[in-house]
Formats: sequence, C-alpha cells, structure tokens
Amino acid sequence: MRRLRESVLYQAVAVPLLQLILFVVISLLVIGSITLFLAVLFNRPVAGGMTLLQFVVRTLPQVAIDGLVIGFLYAMIALGYTMVYGVLEFINFAHSEIFMVGAFIGVELMLALAIPSTAPLTLIMAGILLAVVAGMVGSGLLAVAVERIAYRPLRGAPRLVPLISAIGVSFFLQDAVRAIEGLLNNAFYRNYPSFPILNEQVPIATLYIAGQPIPMQIQAKVIFIIAASLLMLTGLNYLVNATRLGRAIRAVAQDRPTAALMGVHVDRIIMLTFLIGGALGGATGVLFGIRVGRIDPYVGFIPGIKAFTAAVLGGIGNITGAMLGGIVLGVLEGFAGAYLSQFTGGAFGTEYKDIFAFLILILILMFRPTGLLGEAVGQKA
Amino acid sequence: MIGAKAKALVGRIRNGREGALAGVLLYIVAALLLMNWLSQPGLRDAPWYPLISALGFAAFLASLLLIYYVSLAGAVRALLGAVTLLVLLPVLGVRNTFLLEVATQVGIFAAMALGLNIVVGFAGLLDLGYVAFYAVGAYLWAIFGSPQANVAFGTNRFPLAPEWFFVFLFLAVGVAALTGILLGLPVLRLRGDYLAIVTLAFGEVIRVIVNNLDKPINLTNGPQGIRPIQRPPLFFKPWLETVGIRLDEPVLYGLYFYFLVLLVIGFAVLLTRRLEDSWVGRAWTAIREDELAAQVMGIPLVRMKLAAFATGASFAGAMGMIFAAKQYFINPESFTFMESIGILVMVIVGGMGSIPGAIVGATVVTILNLQILKGLSLMLSKLRQAGFVVPLINFPLSQWPTQLEPAKYERLIFGILLILMMILRPQGLIPERRHRMELAEALGREEAIAERLPVEEELPPVVAAPEAKPMRD
Repeated sequence: MRRLRESVLYQAVAVPLLQLILFVVISLLVIGSITLFLAVLFNRPVAGGMTLLQFVVRTLPQVAIDGLVIGFLYAMIALGYTMVYGVLEFINFAHSEIFMVGAFIGVELMLALAIPSTAPLTLIMAGILLAVVAGMVGSGLLAVAVERIAYRPLRGAPRLVPLISAIGVSFFLQDAVRAIEGLLNNAFYRNYPSFPILNEQVPIATLYIAGQPIPMQIQAKVIFIIAASLLMLTGLNYLVNATRLGRAIRAVAQDRPTAALMGVHVDRIIMLTFLIGGALGGATGVLFGIRVGRIDPYVGFIPGIKAFTAAVLGGIGNITGAMLGGIVLGVLEGFAGAYLSQFTGGAFGTEYKDIFAFLILILILMFRPTGLLGEAVGQKA
Repeated sequence: MIGAKAKALVGRIRNGREGALAGVLLYIVAALLLMNWLSQPGLRDAPWYPLISALGFAAFLASLLLIYYVSLAGAVRALLGAVTLLVLLPVLGVRNTFLLEVATQVGIFAAMALGLNIVVGFAGLLDLGYVAFYAVGAYLWAIFGSPQANVAFGTNRFPLAPEWFFVFLFLAVGVAALTGILLGLPVLRLRGDYLAIVTLAFGEVIRVIVNNLDKPINLTNGPQGIRPIQRPPLFFKPWLETVGIRLDEPVLYGLYFYFLVLLVIGFAVLLTRRLEDSWVGRAWTAIREDELAAQVMGIPLVRMKLAAFATGASFAGAMGMIFAAKQYFINPESFTFMESIGILVMVIVGGMGSIPGAIVGATVVTILNLQILKGLSLMLSKLRQAGFVVPLINFPLSQWPTQLEPAKYERLIFGILLILMMILRPQGLIPERRHRMELAEALGREEAIAERLPVEEELPPVVAAPEAKPMRD
C-alpha cells in the first residue's frame, strides 16, 4: 500500500484523475441540487402538460452531460491561459485563435482524408485521432511562433504592451485564417464531415423517478470527447507534476530569476509552455469542431473568453484550478442555457447564457479575485 | 536693384516665418487644386478613383497637421486651422457629400479616441469595452427620439420634439458617465489585465442585452434596430435663406452634424488639455506610472480611476447620441467588440496619452477603414468586371476569390498595426509631451525640455531609451 502511494503513477495519474472525477461529481451535485431547489420553489405548470419540477427532473441528466462536455472543453482551453499566466503573468489573448487554428487544421485534414461516412468505427476513430494530433502539432508550433515574434521582444516592457500585442495577434490570426480559407475554398467557414455512427445516442442508464422511466443517453462523439479530455488532462498533470520539464515549468512560474540561477533555461521553458498550452488548445479545437460541426475563423472568441473566465474562476496560474473552473463554468452554463427560459417564463432565453459567464467573471473578481483554488498572488516585481 | 530685392525676399522666405507661412499656404492650395481636379465628373467611374480620392482627402487633412507643427505665431496657426476646418472643408463637403460624411465620421471617432485616451493613455487602464458607452448614448436618444418608446411604455407621446436633442445631449453625457462609474466601482480595484477582460465582457454584455431586449418589454427592438430616429432641429435654415444660401436638406444635415461634431471635439480637446495639466491629470499619470507609489503619495486610487472612466465614457455617450441622430437608424451591429478595438487602435497608433495623437490616429484609421479599404474593394470589383489581367504574372483578376475583398479584412490591418506599433513604436506616431520630455532627458537635451519643443524627428524608438516608460509598469 505504501509503495503504491509513493509510486509516480499513483501520485501523478490516479490522484489527478480521482480529483477530476470528484470535481465533476461535486459540481454536478451542487449545481443540480440548486436547480432542483429553485424548481421546487418556483414550481408552476409549464408547456407540455408538465410542472416546472417535472420538466427539470426529466431533462436534468441530459443537461448535466451536455454541460460536462462544454466544461471539459473549457477546462482544456483554460489550461493554455493558466499555464502562460503562470510563467509570464500575462494574459495570452491570442490563445482563443490558437484554438481556432487547431479546429481548422483538424477540419482540413479530415476533409483531405475523405473517410466515407459509413466507414467502420475504428477507421473513423483513427481519422479523428490523426486530426487531433495534427491540430496539436500545428497549434503548438503556431503558439511558439507567436511567442517568438510578438511576445518575446516585449518581455520586460510595461504590462499592457504585450497584452495589446496579443490582441493584435488575435485579430491578425482571425483574418489570416479567413484569407487562407478564402484563397483556397472561396468560403470562410468549413464543415467537419459528419459520421452518423458518432451521432448515435448510446443509452447508458434509465432512471426511475416517481415511477416514470427517464432514459439517460449520451452521444457517441460525446463519449469520445470526454475520454480524450480526461486522457489529456491526466497527461498534463503527469507532465507538470512528475517530470523534469514540469518541475522546470513550476520553478519558472514561482520565481523566474531564481529558476534561471538554478540552471533552468527560462526562454526554453517559456517556449515549451506555449507549445504545451497551444497543443492542448489545438486538440480542443478539433474536439470542439467535431462537436459543433461548422467552424469559422471567429469561432474561438467566445469560448476563449469563457475559458479565461474558467481559469480565473479556478484561480489563474493554478492548473488544477483551471480544470475545476472549466467544469464548473461549463455545467453552470449548460444549466443556465437549458433552464433560464423555463424559469423566467420565456422572458430571458438561452441568449443570456453568455452573459451568465461574464457575470460570474465579474462577481468572482469582485469577491474572490484569487479564484476557488488560488492563493493570493502579489504583483510580480 | 530689383534682383537684389528679390534675392533678399527669397532669403527672408527661405529662413523666416514668411517662408513657413508661404509653404503652408502653398500646400493648402495644392491640396485644394488636387481635390478640385478629383471632383471632375469624368473621373468618378475610373476604377482607381475611390483610392486616389481617399489619398487626396488625406493629403488635404494633412494640412492641419502641417499647420499644427509649423513654427508660426499661435494666432496665425489658429486662423489657418479655423479657415481649413470651418470654410474649406465644408465647401469641399458640399461639393462631395461623401467627404463630409467621412469628415463627420472622423470627428466622431476622434472624440471617442480622445475619451479612450483619457482612460488608456492618461490613467493607464485598458478598456476593451469602450463601445458600450457609445451604445448607451446612442440607444438613449434612439429610444426616446423615435416611436420606439411608445412600444416600450405604451404611450403615444414619442418621438420627442427635435428640440429635445440638445437636452438629451447633456443627458447622454450624464448617463454614460454614470454607467462608467457603475461599471468602474466593482472592477477598478482589479489589476490592469483583469480590468481589460472585464471591460471586454461588459461590452459584450451590453451588446447581448441590446440584441435581446425586444422581450419581455420591447425596449431596443432587438437585432432589427430602431428607426426613424429624430434629428436635431434645423433652426438656422431660415437664417441661411435670408443670406441667400439654399441647400438641400441632406446636405444641410450633413453640414449640421459636421459642425456639431467639430464643436464637441473642440470642447473635448479643451477639456482634455485642461485636465492633463490639472492635479487630476497628474494624479492619473502617477497611477499609470506606478500605482503603489501613487497610493503612497495619497492619491485616492479608486476615485481617480472612476473619474477617468466617467470622463472617457461621457465623450462616448455624447458621440453615440450624435451618431444615432446622424445615422437615422441604429442596430446592435454598430456596437461590436470590433469597434472598441478600432478605437483602441486609433489611440495606440496616435500615441497613448497624446491629444493630437488621438485625433491623428482616428483620422488615419477612419480613412483607412471607410475610404481606402472600401476603395480597394471597389477597384478590385471594377477591374474584375473589366476583365483585367495582372501583367507580368499573367493572372486574370476574374479568378481572384470573391472572399478576398480588402474591405472585409480590417481585423487583419488592425492586428498588424497593433503588433507593429507595440514592437517598433509603442509611444505612437505623435508621442505624448511628457514622453517626449522624458526621451529628451534621456538623451541629454535639456534645451529641448526647457523650451518644450517637439523634438521627435531624430528620436530613436523607445527601445533605445530604457528610461522612457510609455505606461504603468
């Protein structure tokens, strides 16, 4: 038992995985029960011959799963923000566009592979895996290039200077992708090929509430997305907590000059941080594209801000926090999107779910700027 | 004898003030001749016309810069500037109403750039949702100056009479300032980069709300927007007619808005200049340079930041209202994140903290956006229709993808401008006076500081002078 507890595998893989599952369970339980409580409180008949409570109970499992998927995607993008913030104390505004570029690399590869839509599942999976890897490589390298060109010359400049440069990069990348797609295809959006087999609903369980069967289903591609995210989040945890590189990253994040004195090659570590963050962003882009189908060059903006919100929610600079923040925000948003309209009698609809995330951002920054898991961080001198 | 006199005159012109004056006048006349040549009816259909027209107009506007920098007595410069802005430009505008429209739009953006300059340039607070205040001003008048308010409140007393426009102009300033304070209160305690994201989020919140507030009560008419919006009264029309000037109503309104915007800018410049040198302005600079030190020196941080936010917001509120009245129609499309970034680009291109910089930045970016990019698109489509083949590479333009239209790529231009400015010239085209003084100090040019002369021509970029800090560290 003790040997198990001291083993790297246990500490760097099993613990974070359990932690992730714990986050999922806790956030679902808390947000779900709040929703149920509100439903009991404001219970009244709604459309379809149901009461509000019945409606909520009936849809709750599905909403929870949908929210979780968004949450995992946010968590993975948020990691890119939080890691860069950790080492450089700088909001990489262009990260949302790194994510978008990943989605485009993925779609171009998938379209080039031209896997028939009736192909066997293994072939489709292999294609998607290839797209994810290509997205990771492309986005990772792009993030490194952006750092080299637009951020490194500005290191040491006043805080706002690299931030403004990052906004510039973000805008530049949006239209650069649009120009490339326009040149190649004369259209600025692309559609991921759809595979009927991935859209199939897989029944996982049937809940009986008050004698009524409520089927719980999950889309096949959603299973894939959740599995891929879990794998990558655990992998990142392993990388950061159990390898030499991870130790160097943590050292640079804690104290850059001292890390340099201890023989850490700071520039290289910063570069690798961008590479890892960018690769995660690229992979998320491909998964996001598979989920939504159609992508355009501006698709990264809103998920980018939300992922940043998630990073702040969890405590920026904190890797575990980013995962927690992403999951919580995704679930919250899923619930808000599904129930806001019913709870307010149609006055406020799904359109307001974006505002929901921003309000959360403002509220956290007001009342707990360090985030859920963050410690008080002083301004680095 | 005559030769000697002429020689003496030439000598005086060459090194005296008469020379400067003659040069400026010559430039203005040349620009006017160019504009006159461009207004020939035959030229309008040429594919390159919009582009050349834009460049000609920019050259004309550059005369104002020339007037600003030339070493002449203040009164002479003021006179020249007033003649250019109050006489020459309106005359050009009456002959070509598009130029008047561009000039008015430049003015609107210049006033907003001045406002954002207070927030970003003076106080060092990066506001990425500035356009929200513009929207507040615009919708304030759009709702009450159109039948929309009837729909929302179930009366039939609206639209308000045109005279209310001026009351609402002050109201818009107040409401926008109040919005600025309300937004600022919770978030101004945050560090600079958090503030940027929160203001961005706030801008999006306002846009989403405006987009969706057609239910439960229809306040903004959602994505369809509001029309028709009441315009201010043409109270001076009878006066003009007694003088014998008869103009069409659209031209009259164009001139009206041009002068109104000019008036507001004049007021804004005056206010900004007074603020810059006042204790408030110095407190803002102190906050920008070092928040902690400023606090230690007893500057009330939150109150000062709120003041910056409110002042900046009030400019945008007034301009939003004028914009709504000018456009006759507004919808949420005019208040996107893109607009906020556009104004930020103006401030950064011109030079953060620099008043002439903000105006020059607004002019450059607006002409780029409204005239040059659109002109390029127009030129491309005309050449394409004409079956033009690019020489040397033998590329028929008809094969150029329709998606690649320059007018659609303003983000690309903005992005490149932001990156390049930050890397190569973070102090902007026309650096702020204090920066210039700091730079001069760093280079040991006491005489320049003593005279407060502009010395930017030989200055190396800020990278060479580590003492110069464009913004709060």
